[in-house]
Amino acid sequence: MIRHDFSRVDSKRRANLDYKKKQFAKPEFKQQDYEYRLNFYILPPTAEITLEQFETWAINRLKVLSELEACSFRNRTPEETAEYMTSILNKYLPLRSNSSRGQNLQEERKKDHYSHFILRLAFSATEDLRRRFSRLETMLFRLRFKDDDLRERREFVSSLKLEWEEVGEDEKREFGSELAAVSGARNEEEQEWFKVDWERVPELVEQRRVFLKRGKAYVMQREQMSLVVAEFTKRLDEALELTAKALPRLDEDDRLAPILAHLSQSFTAPDAAYSSSDAAIDGLSTPTADSIDAVSQHFPLCMQNLHMTLRANSHLKHFGRLQYTLFLKGIGLSLDDCIIFWRRSFKLMADDKFNKEYKYNIRHAYGDVGGDANRRGRGYTPYSCQKLLTEPLPGPGQSHGCPYRAFTQDNLVALLQRTGINDRDLLKTVREDVGKQRYHVACNRVFEHAHKREIKKVKDDGSWSAVDLDTIVHPNTYFKRSWLLKHLGEGNVGMVGGGEKMEE
Amino acid sequence: MPHSVSPDGSQADSQPIKCEPDTQSQDVTMSDAPSPAKAEKTNVNLEDLFDDEDSDPEFSSSVPGVKSEEEPPHPEPIKITSRSSFSDPEIMRAFYQRLFPFRYLFQWLNHSPSPTNDFAHREFAFTLQNDAYLRYQSFPTADLLRKQCIQLLPSRFELGPVYSTNPRDRKTMRKASAFRPLAKELVFDIDMTDYDDIRTCCTGASICHKCWAFITMAIKVVDVALREDFGFKHIMWVYSGRRGAHAWVCDKRAREMDDSKRRAVAGYLELLKGGDQGGKKVNARRPLHPHLERSLNILKEHFQTSILLEQDPWVEEKAAHLLQLLPDQKLKEALQKKWDSSPSRPSALKWSDIDNVAKSGALSKGSKDLLEAKQDIVLEYTYPRLDAEVSKKLNHLLKSPFVVHPGTGRVCVPIDTRKVEEFDPLSVPTVTQLLTEIDEWEGDDRDKQLADWEKTSLKPYIDYFRGFVGRLLKEERGGVKREREETGDAMEF
Repeated sequence: MIRHDFSRVDSKRRANLDYKKKQFAKPEFKQQDYEYRLNFYILPPTAEITLEQFETWAINRLKVLSELEACSFRNRTPEETAEYMTSILNKYLPLRSNSSRGQNLQEERKKDHYSHFILRLAFSATEDLRRRFSRLETMLFRLRFKDDDLRERREFVSSLKLEWEEVGEDEKREFGSELAAVSGARNEEEQEWFKVDWERVPELVEQRRVFLKRGKAYVMQREQMSLVVAEFTKRLDEALELTAKALPRLDEDDRLAPILAHLSQSFTAPDAAYSSSDAAIDGLSTPTADSIDAVSQHFPLCMQNLHMTLRANSHLKHFGRLQYTLFLKGIGLSLDDCIIFWRRSFKLMADDKFNKEYKYNIRHAYGDVGGDANRRGRGYTPYSCQKLLTEPLPGPGQSHGCPYRAFTQDNLVALLQRTGINDRDLLKTVREDVGKQRYHVACNRVFEHAHKREIKKVKDDGSWSAVDLDTIVHPNTYFKRSWLLKHLGEGNVGMVGGGEKMEE
Repeated sequence: MPHSVSPDGSQADSQPIKCEPDTQSQDVTMSDAPSPAKAEKTNVNLEDLFDDEDSDPEFSSSVPGVKSEEEPPHPEPIKITSRSSFSDPEIMRAFYQRLFPFRYLFQWLNHSPSPTNDFAHREFAFTLQNDAYLRYQSFPTADLLRKQCIQLLPSRFELGPVYSTNPRDRKTMRKASAFRPLAKELVFDIDMTDYDDIRTCCTGASICHKCWAFITMAIKVVDVALREDFGFKHIMWVYSGRRGAHAWVCDKRAREMDDSKRRAVAGYLELLKGGDQGGKKVNARRPLHPHLERSLNILKEHFQTSILLEQDPWVEEKAAHLLQLLPDQKLKEALQKKWDSSPSRPSALKWSDIDNVAKSGALSKGSKDLLEAKQDIVLEYTYPRLDAEVSKKLNHLLKSPFVVHPGTGRVCVPIDTRKVEEFDPLSVPTVTQLLTEIDEWEGDDRDKQLADWEKTSLKPYIDYFRGFVGRLLKEERGGVKREREETGDAMEF
């Protein structure tokens, strides 16, 4: 493939053709000039690159995105993520500001631009991939936006020509106290405010970070990022949607298609998925409605909490039931046994009420009833830690979610003690972890403590590999590993790994 | 609650009384079945079939002269015994025939005088007498909806979103994506169950005037936020029939919101976080957001009367919870000592004790922390507790206004927000009471021809609803007119 001569700039080589003539036109090449470091990726690339570049650029970007995703799974704070990502970004996808003396500014930006569009092609095929790609690209954009040079950022934002109305002095005076309350500023510093329809900044409205007046949201300069990021996501989502529609008509030879397919396949999140092998545990006879009490000692804290709440109140609220039902399904409890389990657990309830109001939901979770897609997919997948940690906190009377996150530290310690964890040092470190919002670290710590001896044993005799003892990020993995470790020497050594991933 | 009759008990009682086999079956041909009332019907003359404009075919009247195909001129008075259940077929039939305001419901959902897809593609979901649940029903006009109700006699029905195609055709779509929800009113559901941990007067399904105050407070706070902050105008609050209230925000802008915007509104209004083990449920950022500041000002007075005096939440050992919410260790110990000596001290005094003990020097940190903690406590006990899931989803179903609550028999009537303090859930008419009122009505309606609902205590509620719908229609029409004018201008070239 002949590489295009990049040094030649021709202003006439633009891609704006009459759409009616587009299909007959010869491809023209546009060498884009990247004025800013940040990019909204509006214009697709038009110059030629080699196949090798095509592949390596895409893989590099993919590496960055999956590291970003890992950060969110590990529940790192934005600061920690930024710190962690710096070296990775510098290695795979450097992007310097105009003020830096780097020679390859244009080359870097071109790589950023092209790799984005290659991945867009690769990840537009299914709804799931699109959503994930858009989320991660948004994270990346946000990360870069934050550490961008202030002046360049301002210029970039004004180049976007977003329609924001500035709030005049009169209005600033009229709503002075309200605006001050929203900004939280102590000193009476002059601040710039923008006024937009509230629908454009739902994220800020949800967190009450804007002042609302008759449908208009007053956004302070500081929150501009949220506006720009929301706009970025919106445009990317629309573009992905369009790409997906155009994809079947992609007139492609067999050079790019395999690369694209390979890219999208490797973009799976190995650590958050529930694997069907979790359900099949050697040596554990299929649990029944009667055996749940006995095996519940191997449950992670979130499920033990639900189990204890259920036993104490003979009732659980909707989301608690759903979370627990899916977990039980995940450990292999059959639908019939699950219904029996709930029926017996709701001691105070009449059969009639149970059958009318509760049974359907259990069957729905198992995929026994409901829409076609639900039945075909055999119901919902058991919830991962990621899911439990990102869903809204439980409200009054509810007990679902992750206790490390939802409980106050005192109540959490009390709960741990009730499950038999009394080690002072451990409880203290758990408190520290939880204080830093590292909930799953705390949970893993508790696991390691409770299975100290067994873990040492399997490590010493080398029967479990490091992969088998990797961080737990799924309640069902917790159960499986706990059960296996407590039943060592019963012919089930090293059965954690392996097994195919369940299709999601 | 003296009026409430538990459905289980009464149904069991009334089971043997039902002697008509027809009424039990859900047969569609039921209305054709011979009944004594039909037999009475005399020859129908042509004029009666083509009703003049004044008489309203939808609202039947027992006035002689207004005869229609379905209703006999003199409906048999229904024998209402204390033992009959509220969703008895006979009672439900009379209710749908004579009382339910189908026409205004149609206008409300249709947004135009002539039938549009806003109504025709709207999902209705029926709960039948045998508790079967019938989803994805839709009707081109109010008359057909009414006919179906009279035929199936649902104990209640719910409203879903307007879909992109007729919900009845959803399975004939070639692609699943061709059938998706487009619009629905933004709805809110406030239910007393969410208040169970701070409610001392009643438990479970029962309510009294004391705990209705929670709902009153919630309506005030949410209503003003929706109007002032989001700029919505057409907000209707509806009594849910037992122990809660629903809000229907009907502005076009609200109806067309997607899930992320609905989630944003719900998040903006939600304050209480954390389950039962989460400790302090309100941890508001300071300075308080204008919405919270305003809410606090509204709720302060209610806290004094409704909470401290009426609920008296911190008697005996329950004071421990109050202590848990306070910040200062030294202050807590001083209060603990004081209250241990007189556990039955009323909550109002305990509340003022906090300040008094703090002033007497038992405060190690600044008084600002204490003030903020006290504000948080006021909010925890008074701030609206929304069932947020209902609001967040475009395709969530919610019980229609004006249906009968099967447990209490009360009609789900709108609540006039201008007089929200006066609303008394225990005096909302029940379906049986309304039917008796029609029979007992002794006015002269020879010249005016009143509809049946006008003879009952349902009248003020339907009048309110009519006014609400009228204002909504006026605005929608204005919008259409403007759109037309704009396109008209464009065509003049």
